[in-house]
Amino acid sequence: MSEQVGTITWISGPVVRARGSRHVGMLELVEVGDERLVGEVIGLKGDQMTVQVYEETSGMQTGAPIYGTGLPLSVELGPGLIQSIYDGVQRPLPLIEEAVGSFITRGARFDSINREKKWKFTPKVKVGDEVKGGAVLGVVMETDTFEHRIMLNPDDSGSISWIAPVGEYTVDEPIAKIKTGKEEKTATMLQRWPVRRARPFVSRRGANIPLITGQRILDTFFPVAKGGAAGIPGPFGSGKTVTQHSIAKWADAEVIVYIGCGERGNEMTEVLQEFPHLIDPRTGNPLMERTVLIANTSNMPVAAREASIYTGITIAEYYRDMGYHVALMADSTSRWAEALREVSGRLEEMPAEEGYPAYLAGRLAEFYERAGYVDTLNGAQGSVSIVGAVSPPGGDFSEPVTQHTKRFIRCFWALDKSLASARHFPAINWLDSYSEYLEDVGAWWREKTGKDWLAMRNRAMELLSDEARLSQIVKLVGPDALPYTERMVLETTRLIREGILQQNATEAVDAYSSVEKQIRLLELVLYFHERGMAIVKRGAPINLIHDLPVVDTIIRAKSSVTNEEMHKFDDIQKQIDQQMGQLDAEYRS
Amino acid sequence: MSEVTVQGGQEVVGVGRIEGPILVVEGGTNVRYDEVVEIQDSRGQIRRGRVLEVGEGFAVVQAFAGSTGLSIDGTRIRFLGSALHIPVAEEMLGRIFDGLGTPIDGGPEPLTDTYRDVNGQPINPTARIYPRDYIQTGISTIDGVNTLLRGQKLPLFSGAGLPHDQLAAQIVRQATLGKVAGAPPSESEEFAIVFAAMGVKNDVADYFRRSFTESGALTRVAMFLNLADDPPVERIVTPRAALTLAEYLAYDLEKHVLVVLTDMTNYGEALRQISNVRGEVPSRKGYPGYLYSDLASMYERTGRIRTSKGSITQIPILTMPNDDITHPMPDLTGYITEGQIVLGRELYFAGVYPPVAVLPSLSRLMKDGIGKNRTRDDHPRWGAQLYAAYARTQDVRALASVIGEEELSEVDQKYLKFGRAFEREFVNQSFTENRTIERTLEIGWKLLSILPKKELTRVTLDEIAQYYRGDDAAN
Ligand SMILES: Nc1ncnc2c1ncn2[C@@H]1O[C@H](COP(=O)(O)OP(=O)(O)OP(=O)(O)O)[C@@H](O)[C@H]1O
Ligand SMILES: [Mg+2]
Repeated sequence: MSEQVGTITWISGPVVRARGSRHVGMLELVEVGDERLVGEVIGLKGDQMTVQVYEETSGMQTGAPIYGTGLPLSVELGPGLIQSIYDGVQRPLPLIEEAVGSFITRGARFDSINREKKWKFTPKVKVGDEVKGGAVLGVVMETDTFEHRIMLNPDDSGSISWIAPVGEYTVDEPIAKIKTGKEEKTATMLQRWPVRRARPFVSRRGANIPLITGQRILDTFFPVAKGGAAGIPGPFGSGKTVTQHSIAKWADAEVIVYIGCGERGNEMTEVLQEFPHLIDPRTGNPLMERTVLIANTSNMPVAAREASIYTGITIAEYYRDMGYHVALMADSTSRWAEALREVSGRLEEMPAEEGYPAYLAGRLAEFYERAGYVDTLNGAQGSVSIVGAVSPPGGDFSEPVTQHTKRFIRCFWALDKSLASARHFPAINWLDSYSEYLEDVGAWWREKTGKDWLAMRNRAMELLSDEARLSQIVKLVGPDALPYTERMVLETTRLIREGILQQNATEAVDAYSSVEKQIRLLELVLYFHERGMAIVKRGAPINLIHDLPVVDTIIRAKSSVTNEEMHKFDDIQKQIDQQMGQLDAEYRS
Repeated sequence: MSEVTVQGGQEVVGVGRIEGPILVVEGGTNVRYDEVVEIQDSRGQIRRGRVLEVGEGFAVVQAFAGSTGLSIDGTRIRFLGSALHIPVAEEMLGRIFDGLGTPIDGGPEPLTDTYRDVNGQPINPTARIYPRDYIQTGISTIDGVNTLLRGQKLPLFSGAGLPHDQLAAQIVRQATLGKVAGAPPSESEEFAIVFAAMGVKNDVADYFRRSFTESGALTRVAMFLNLADDPPVERIVTPRAALTLAEYLAYDLEKHVLVVLTDMTNYGEALRQISNVRGEVPSRKGYPGYLYSDLASMYERTGRIRTSKGSITQIPILTMPNDDITHPMPDLTGYITEGQIVLGRELYFAGVYPPVAVLPSLSRLMKDGIGKNRTRDDHPRWGAQLYAAYARTQDVRALASVIGEEELSEVDQKYLKFGRAFEREFVNQSFTENRTIERTLEIGWKLLSILPKKELTRVTLDEIAQYYRGDDAAN
């Protein structure tokens, strides 16, 4: 079906120029060279086209042909996406391994979605129904518990002239016929969608439900809303990947899309080997059964790295359109930006900052804009939340990718090298981070826990910023110079830091904190503070507070009290009452 | 993997332009991107090169040995039709090669018909086995708090004049498959060693050769040497040639291979030089924008795959220009490797060997290779506790320098004492000292016992009951 549209005239890394621009369109998918490597037209000028090639070009010759396909770079959407692992242009990595072994060779072509597998389809419309784009035609169970809603392509509409009865079908078999005027179209369970085009929806809604991640510093202190966007910048080894893995494991989303974009092979293998054995606390199923992985590691072709972000977000939008909450992790958006830079450099485009092309900011904006909480075309509500890692050179946040990202996200989790080297994890600096969703999600917390989360959270933040100020003084004159009331602040903030903010992702109990546990911990620490403050104000020396056995108990509660043992916090509160009560009595009068 | 025998190809006489190591060759037809060329100068001497860019009727070629002595008219270029391949064979262990894989020890060419593309191919993430087996190096700062696993890439970040070569040699000499603490040492499974030198002085290469000889390892080592006075451009190939052999040994012959690459900073400079000659848009400090991907294409050639029992573990060595860890070479390396061991000048001046700056050092895979049934149950928390305590020591030292040691609180004084002991007893060990994992754990607990129990919030109460040996009576 594809015909020769050009002849290669120039090759430099992933960028190829060819003569013959007449028969291709901008952003058209093409096949390059005799091996028919996948490429995309990224420039047309005079008789010349410029193509970025998604596979290694080593050994390619000038004079070799380029074939057109007439289609833009697209992903295949349909049942079977979940539990898959793809490269940046949606090639299924397990099939590549089966066919060519442990090393990825180029030119391997496979369907992204299995054509043989039969799915049990249950129709949701009947003949005569008027349907619009996005309408749910029927459903299949993609896993034991996950309902995949088969939707009419957003660009189509009409009346149902035939619908398949309940039965087993492959994704290629017709499941409905739709009549529009004189035309009749056949729908299957498989859809293609151009990755660079956002899927349509009816309207955006405000983002006021938090994406609960079970990570205390995120949920309690810097929450991201469902449909929101967060950035997590940090130097190497500060915890971007561990944090994103934690979110992928524990976030209360129904679908996770995890994009390993120019990062390590072992990290993807870790997810692949770990997720099938981890149980989703909400469904009781293995975590893998809600996860789609895109792995375009740092040593895989750089142009496919550029595409991987779009492949991932399009899959995320597809599940959103079914009415699900989807969380997308991209690790690392900096490597994606570097892929843009590399291609741009080969094209000898005029660089803007640090060699990045001038359109870097625009591309970042387009990506983060695809996050959102929406009313879908079929009347459901769904969301895509984005968490993007940023890897600034030298850990310096003033560089272009971090700076531009900040413009398009509303939640900033700033990782800090010195916290990481002291093994304070997650090494998210509480003074440099922010969330603009605080007010928006306050109501949700009140409803869910019956407590004034925002007031407590703000009180804790106030103490932490006091601590920062007091620490400056301590550095100059030592702690003894501070009055007891100020040292009480330092006692409490130690509890906040070690007992709440620090969270060990590798420890079974600590890895995930329920919302109830989070707020109860916070409440206890603040209660400790109020009582302690009252006592030192009466003149009790601070070391009496410092030496209370309950201090240690509170610090250890995060890992000694499981999410199911909430009553144990009442015991801890009693211990505070008892031990503080004694001191209180001594220093009354 | 592709295997080819190199044969003759088209030949072009004369080049259009020569700029540094870069030649622009006009007149070839349908040249292949990345293919190898033979460049013959007017006296018939042959050197090799590689195609960096092809256009209609021209090709940009990089001469590995540089362009000295080449003339516009008198140079002949023969295009060999495929990317650079080197022979690979088990008998290459015990041998010495130049930076392009040609023997320089006077011995014959390796007898084999297996040739491999030096660029390698990416390992499919689905084909990998996640590393879990730790390597006991006998060095506390590694085994204890930055454990190295088989299949990990863990660089040494060092500075000019620091003893990174000694440390690397000690690791290579002492490395054995780790055991659960207390288990009797079993026969050590020996590593095959692939050593690549890029732009280092002859004495460095000599030092390693002597060290391999003394430990009786020489027959298990293949050395690829591109020394300081060898052509810089060749350095681009040297680590790739070494890794190509390593992959063959690990994945075809199922050996455990330890790869030492030194000094990656010189590699980076060679890459920068070529990029600058070609007039590419630089990113930071003149390095090309693709430095990250280029480094990754080597560092990622580490690991284990499901179809082989073998493994590749990489220990690249980098000297940080001006001891600056944010310099693009260490920075981008750190973003790719699975942690880093950082050497510090202060400790070195204080006479500590190995001068491992513990705080900025990290092994990311450590968590998966230690703990119950691997080393000992308390190991992960013990490690976090040592880190936390040592980090606190730094703050206390800063405070002490302002208000004086005597003014410090009792607890802070104990931190000072802990910090000193940590550096002298835990970090410091001799070049020949090979500590068992239980010995390392024991030293750590001894040091933690300097601190009051209440400070030890990273370890469990049970662990304190079992291992704490301090005289702190408080709760
Ligand atoms: N929440 C956590 N709990 C325990 N350990 C953590 C946590 N976060 C980070 N770490 C530790 O920090 C190490 C580095 O984290 P990670 O790999 O996520 O860094 P990164 O920011 O992704 O680095 P890079 O940019 O190089 O990929 C981990 O291997 C782990 O040891
Ligand atoms: Mg990471």
